[in-house]
Amino acid sequence: MKNEYIPQLSAIQDVNRHTDLEYTFTMEYQGDVKPGQFFEISIPKFGEAPISVSGIGEDTVDFTIRRVGKVTNEVFENYIGDKLFIRGPYGNGFDLENYKGKEVVIIAGGTGVSPVRGVVQHFAAHPHDAVSTTLIAGFKSPKDVLFKEDFEDWKDKINVIQTVDSAPEGYEGPVGMVTKYIPDLKFEDPDNAVFICVGPPVMIRFTIMEIKKLGMKDEQIWTSYERKMCCGLGKCGHCRINEKYVCLDGPVFNYTEAKDLVD
Amino acid sequence: MGYQLTKNEADALFELLKSQYVIFGPVLKVGEGTFSDIDVIRYDQVDSLDDIVWDQKSDYSFKETLNPINETLFYFTEDETTVPKGPQKERLVFMRACDFHALKRLDQIYLNNGFSDSYYARMRDKTKFALMGCEKSCQTGFCVSMGTNKTDEYDIYFKPSEDSVLVDAKNADLAALLRGEQVDVTPDFVEENFETVTLPKNLSKESFTDEIWKEYGERCINCGRCNFACPTCTCFTMQDIFYTDNPRVGERRRVWASCQVDGYDEIAGKIQFRKTKADKLRFKVMHKIHDFPKRFGYPMCVGCGRCDAICPEYISYQTLVNRLAKEEQENEK
Repeated sequence: MKNEYIPQLSAIQDVNRHTDLEYTFTMEYQGDVKPGQFFEISIPKFGEAPISVSGIGEDTVDFTIRRVGKVTNEVFENYIGDKLFIRGPYGNGFDLENYKGKEVVIIAGGTGVSPVRGVVQHFAAHPHDAVSTTLIAGFKSPKDVLFKEDFEDWKDKINVIQTVDSAPEGYEGPVGMVTKYIPDLKFEDPDNAVFICVGPPVMIRFTIMEIKKLGMKDEQIWTSYERKMCCGLGKCGHCRINEKYVCLDGPVFNYTEAKDLVD
Repeated sequence: MGYQLTKNEADALFELLKSQYVIFGPVLKVGEGTFSDIDVIRYDQVDSLDDIVWDQKSDYSFKETLNPINETLFYFTEDETTVPKGPQKERLVFMRACDFHALKRLDQIYLNNGFSDSYYARMRDKTKFALMGCEKSCQTGFCVSMGTNKTDEYDIYFKPSEDSVLVDAKNADLAALLRGEQVDVTPDFVEENFETVTLPKNLSKESFTDEIWKEYGERCINCGRCNFACPTCTCFTMQDIFYTDNPRVGERRRVWASCQVDGYDEIAGKIQFRKTKADKLRFKVMHKIHDFPKRFGYPMCVGCGRCDAICPEYISYQTLVNRLAKEEQENEK
């Protein structure tokens, strides 16, 4: 029987500094990975943390990590050539088939852009796979914006609204919460729209309320949940919500399932 | 068929078993309870049938014999990881009918929920289980209500009395060790408890906001003792340890975790999903009677009553569950 708890050493190939608190680490990895899946990243002595895959390359995976905890603080002490322990990928991830041929709207808040980045990349690279693709991404302030180069690239290929909650005077881009931009969305055929919504719990709640106001059905909405996970294997129990294990059955849930879950 | 052994024959059998098995059973630990001068009954290695507590329920269950309170998953030495050896010798664990049903729940999570857990599996593979009968119901147990009062999954059964011991083995390896006077042996199972528990049948999303949680939340102190006494609670948290003499070397452990204690659900950015005591208590109780059954098709709780016995606030899980069932019946009327 395979010992699922043993992590593999993986070398850091590249580090992309988005902000003081958020870096993307490109790590060595060979194997199949889907956007929305996650790995357990660990540093001996500091522990393990579940981190979403934010990019998939040839023999590499990207992890966009926010420096907010014991493990992630320590990850930031590492540079190109250093090694971290990783195990995964875990979770279901996003199934692109659910979105092909649809009017796709992706709404992400802060580091919530990480798990959906692979989906956005696909539709930016293959615009004809969807009827239309819209990305609404919200960050706290202009200095918190992640994936700046991506947004530059995407805005020529798909509809991009990159907003900030608040900005200093003179800022020219969109300002306001992501929810502000949902009522203005236009659809050729609302029944053919699909929504992916990822971010902090409060943002998910209000975003889905706005989407529902457009008259959308639960089955047109997908979300990805972030919960504490110690194993990623359906054993440690921390990520459980009712009968669902976020690590096994999620983290991506259709809203028909997610709406009835009570933490 | 089984055997009636004299005391001496039984002692000889136990010595023979000890040569082949590490034997665990519920043991009285004098003065080792949580509070001063309080005894506790918990699982430990036993040397003789007399070491085992036969006339009372153990405060803590057999689960620590398969799933230790803390278990080293591997050692780190710079870039290398080394997995510690599993049990070398076969093991035999003495336990009661309710705990056999709890074993099924441990297997469900550790072997059959997504991935298989290699640490649990290697411990489980090396372990056989001896049934201790129940002549009469324990104080807080409600196994009859839960349908967990009987089992035929045991490898061997022991029933010591004043001057003889009844034994019956189902496992062929163990049966081959039995000698002596053949008699019919039927294990003792209780048919009635002091308490009867009715499970609510139609719990819904609304049940999660029932006023009852607020009421119990005011009494519960979220100490988590019920989780540790429960034979079906399986949660753990990872913990990395480094040696002070050589900080380049250490180990990763898993340690029992309690959903009642702060931090259990906390993610980066200090976000908590269950903030109040009531939320945490509700999470545990609903797991036993709603969430686990919804996923696996049978109740999680085996009715051992250990949580009720160990609660420092005298919260009765079974009263709570009965009240939920009663509310449901009244609402249906």
